[in-house]
Amino acid sequence: MTPTPGLTSSPPDESVLQGLRRRGALTGIALAYVLLTVPAVVLMALLTASLGVAVVGVGLVLLLVLVPVTQQYANLFRGLSGRVLGRMIDKPYRPRRRGGPFALLAGWAEDPARWRDLLWLYVVVLFRWALAWIALLLALAVIYYAVFPYLFAVTPKGTFDTDYGVIRVDTQAESFLHWAWLLVALALWWWLEPLLVKWCAQIDAALLSPSRGALERRVAEVSQSRAETIDHSAAELRRIERDLHDGAQARLVALGMNLGLAEELLAKDPDAAAQLLAEARTVTTSALGDLRSVVRGIHPPVLADRGLAGAVQALALDMSLPVAVTIVLAGRPPAPVESAAYFATSELLANIGKHSGARRASIDVSHDGRVLRIVVADDGSGGASVDRGSGLAGVARRLAAFDGTMDLVSPDGGPTVVTLEVPCVLSSPKISPSSGTA
Amino acid sequence: MRAVIAEDLALLRDGLTRLLQAYDIEVVAAVDDAAALGEALRTYEPDIAVVDVRMPPTFTDEGLRAAITARAERPGLPVLVLSQYVEQLYARELLLSGDGAVGYLLKDRVADVSTFVEAVRTVAAGGTVLDPEVVATLIARASTDSPVSRLTGREREVLGLMAEGRSNAAIARALFVTEKAISKHTSNIFMKLDLDPDDDSANRRVMAVIAYLQS
Repeated sequence: MTPTPGLTSSPPDESVLQGLRRRGALTGIALAYVLLTVPAVVLMALLTASLGVAVVGVGLVLLLVLVPVTQQYANLFRGLSGRVLGRMIDKPYRPRRRGGPFALLAGWAEDPARWRDLLWLYVVVLFRWALAWIALLLALAVIYYAVFPYLFAVTPKGTFDTDYGVIRVDTQAESFLHWAWLLVALALWWWLEPLLVKWCAQIDAALLSPSRGALERRVAEVSQSRAETIDHSAAELRRIERDLHDGAQARLVALGMNLGLAEELLAKDPDAAAQLLAEARTVTTSALGDLRSVVRGIHPPVLADRGLAGAVQALALDMSLPVAVTIVLAGRPPAPVESAAYFATSELLANIGKHSGARRASIDVSHDGRVLRIVVADDGSGGASVDRGSGLAGVARRLAAFDGTMDLVSPDGGPTVVTLEVPCVLSSPKISPSSGTA
Repeated sequence: MRAVIAEDLALLRDGLTRLLQAYDIEVVAAVDDAAALGEALRTYEPDIAVVDVRMPPTFTDEGLRAAITARAERPGLPVLVLSQYVEQLYARELLLSGDGAVGYLLKDRVADVSTFVEAVRTVAAGGTVLDPEVVATLIARASTDSPVSRLTGREREVLGLMAEGRSNAAIARALFVTEKAISKHTSNIFMKLDLDPDDDSANRRVMAVIAYLQS
């Protein structure tokens, strides 16, 4: 929300001159509403017709053009009416769905905001247009009555004669009686202009901003993913604690015992002491191995060293099948996103290794300015499903914490393509393109 | 033999120094960051550099980068890289930085003192030493769809030890067989992988094998 007051509310210490100027501006906006509604008539007619003939295909092609145009048109009014009301009107559209024209159309059809755009067009044409006209005509009436005596003078006699029954205005002197109407028109304009323009803007705000339902759904989504993230983190901490306690810690205790015993035996039985020392050395090695795996589970060192690009390449190198890697990233995503994306990719690759029976796989990492996109594909037997208790549901949950999505296409017989998308911005404009088969 | 050590943890730096000195390897410089490493390498021109991957100022992979840069300045400079964890990616970068004289080992291996010193000597002599973890992954991933799948289990074992930079004698000791048996295995391996069986230099054979596994 912007702190600037809208044009329709009068500031407490407004002078008459300022009031006049403000209403003048509002009249200009009323004119804009009237003129700008003309394209709405055309859009409404075309959209309605296209929806009508959508079944024959031609309508679908038209819709591909009309829907974005409608969005732009509605955005114009989000700006204009937002300015009038002195607050932002948020755009409610869902993110664009990936894929061909049909996926695009399907995505639009599922987006209530698109249907509300259409409803808005009808309301604009049938109702708001009339409101705007009234607002404009009030101003025109003021002008008309103001210049009436002049009009009377310059037009042929009788053109502007008015018969009020009791009084008949048919001389130049009498024409000044119309300035009484000017007062009425001026009063109406002064009083109604802000209200009418405000109603116009409110209609836009009501229909074009995200609906309350959508907001409530969003809040519910966010709370749920937050709760899941917290659960997940707590479980992770418990796992790390257990790993350290049962692994490295226990081994170090054993190590201490071995060394203590070796110390005792050093004089009496050097051979036994040497034996214990050798054992102690193997114990340090396995303790280090334990610690290494714990560290990898928390934050893989290669991710810290090389960022997502290097870490994904490293993952590909560890696979037992050839993985083609293409990475085009003009910087690094925020650390939490990077980590989530890494673990998600790691999980997907592990799935490929375990279940897919694939002969080769590919990873594409890119960022289009808004969304980090990772596409992991394999030529395996397909049939992967989020519901089958595999790690895929976990991947989707992990990404949900960042508003990310996972799209899985895996028909029986393959191939499987998983697309991960996480909205984020990249930091540090460091170019690190790399590609190759690992 | 003269060595330069780069390790930011004082405890480890001193330990490594003491260890190498115990085996008559002269430590001419022990530094704690990548910039000092570059300077020490230029000043002393040692026979080997033992380098930790993670060093100040960013504590990521500047040790590795410094080693690769040093080898670009002075091709064939023997470098043994030590790390808390081993990564295929880094192993590959090291191998690509020139013809042999590189080593890449887990820090854990230092505990096996004699093997570690042998690794230092192998690298200084122009050989290649890879950590068993790296070798295991290389062989595992090559096994699905490559001529390596033609090797017998024993031959793969030998190939793995070969990639770790060991000589035939050392492999024979490790597998408790005669050296003659090993040379028979190696010629079989070279034949099955279509490599020249007469070229038996430790460095060449490892490089050839690695290059083959990576293709």
